[in-house]
Amino acid sequence: MSQINTDLRSAVMPAVDSAVSVRNVSKTYGDVQALKNMSLEFPRGELTSLLGPSGCGKTTLLKIIAGLLKPDSGSIEVEGKTVTEPGPDRSFVFQDFALLPWASVMRNVAFGLELRGVAKSEREAIAEKYIREVGLAGFEAKFQHQLSGGMRQRVGLARALSVNAQVLLLDEPFSAVDEQTRRKFQEDLLALVQNEKKTFIFVTHSIEEAVYVSDQIAILLPRPSRVSEIIRPSSFRGKGVDNIRRDPEYLDIVDQIWASLRSYVE
Amino acid sequence: MTAFGYRLPAMSSLLIWAALWEVVGQLGLTFFIPPLSEVMVTLFGLVQTPVFLNALGVTAYAFWAGVFFSVVIGIPVGILMGKSRLLDELLLPWVNIFLSAPLTALVPVLMVLFGFGTKTVIITTTLFAIWIIILNARAGVKQINRSLVEMARSFGASPMDAFFKIYFWAALPEILGGVRIGVIRAVKGVIIGQLLISIVGFGALFETYSGNFLMAEFWAVLIVLFGLAFTLSEFLAYLERKVAYYAAAR
Repeated sequence: MSQINTDLRSAVMPAVDSAVSVRNVSKTYGDVQALKNMSLEFPRGELTSLLGPSGCGKTTLLKIIAGLLKPDSGSIEVEGKTVTEPGPDRSFVFQDFALLPWASVMRNVAFGLELRGVAKSEREAIAEKYIREVGLAGFEAKFQHQLSGGMRQRVGLARALSVNAQVLLLDEPFSAVDEQTRRKFQEDLLALVQNEKKTFIFVTHSIEEAVYVSDQIAILLPRPSRVSEIIRPSSFRGKGVDNIRRDPEYLDIVDQIWASLRSYVE
Repeated sequence: MTAFGYRLPAMSSLLIWAALWEVVGQLGLTFFIPPLSEVMVTLFGLVQTPVFLNALGVTAYAFWAGVFFSVVIGIPVGILMGKSRLLDELLLPWVNIFLSAPLTALVPVLMVLFGFGTKTVIITTTLFAIWIIILNARAGVKQINRSLVEMARSFGASPMDAFFKIYFWAALPEILGGVRIGVIRAVKGVIIGQLLISIVGFGALFETYSGNFLMAEFWAVLIVLFGLAFTLSEFLAYLERKVAYYAAAR
């Protein structure tokens, strides 16, 4: 198990190839400190999970990276550029899907491109490709109320992929779907990270999910909100999706994370 | 509805009331209620007269102009109130006051301001219809799913995009409900406007017929008016049902 303490990490690996850098970010809501002087690196082409108990600021951090929230201090760099608002280099997958209920699957998937002014035929060709990729071929003309929860999130995922952003931000994307669908999603996500060569930032409150899908897991603790440790599973990633859940390292990491989070859970 | 095991077509209760009306009319209890058959005969004669057609034209013009202004001003104002806290604080008290105000009392003031013509009738109609349209558009925007707005922002939507592609559509079920009630209020507004000015349109007809105790003509015009308002309202209700599929899933 290769695990690097935060302080050590910045000393040992300063030149890591980061797609996203969070530098000394603080955010306060009223008198609640959501984030305090947080710094974190997200390696390019990998999936990093933000994991922690509720109230640790993980969704706040994700929305700051997305540009949907402004930090009180500190900065976010994506591919070396400081970001202050949403941009085409990042796309967001929402916990509650955030689909347009009055629009078909096709229009929903193409909606990001539509907002960017891509011509209809072109954006529908691109959307078509990603609808197929997430396994929804044949559902192009359907509406949200005709789809199951899992299918809705596939639409959300296809929409985020179709704008071809380098960084994908996923806010508890599978928490509103049932357990079996969720497992399938996790397997598909691993394949996606492999194929798309994009940087994924994944917020979850499920320890097993984080360990299963992540190249790197950042454990966030509340009061005051901080990164307590960064874990990089090393041995089971290449062993195939079916073998991960019984790999000793997988089980060890799950136990270890629970041990460190247990005292923060009411 | 079913009665004695038979499914009755919609609005079959109207037949009972029509029969009752006919009986009361035939009994000659009061000059106020002539038999329905007589009213209907008068109606078919009346609708072909130039007087009626002219009144219909004048009324329809004022009505549609009033509805047009209510919709074109009311919907954007309502949406903006729903979006902007500041605008909401500024305008909401006035909208509520005018919604419940006895607008009829304002018509003489409007006559002084805008004269005795169609302009005043149009403004009266607008004043009757617009407030509920504003309030409903506002309510529609207020219940919008926040993550839809965040979604649009995260994909780089301009404020115009957000307005036309998110807010308008998300509020559409409420907007249509508001327009339906607004249109019904506009019917009241246009007639009250014409009655008080009492020289044009259906208002003038009502004034003439009731003033001369021509009850068959009076009821005939009222039935035509009811028929038109009902048809319009049903059409808007139909449009509302068309968007109902997503009203529950927003």
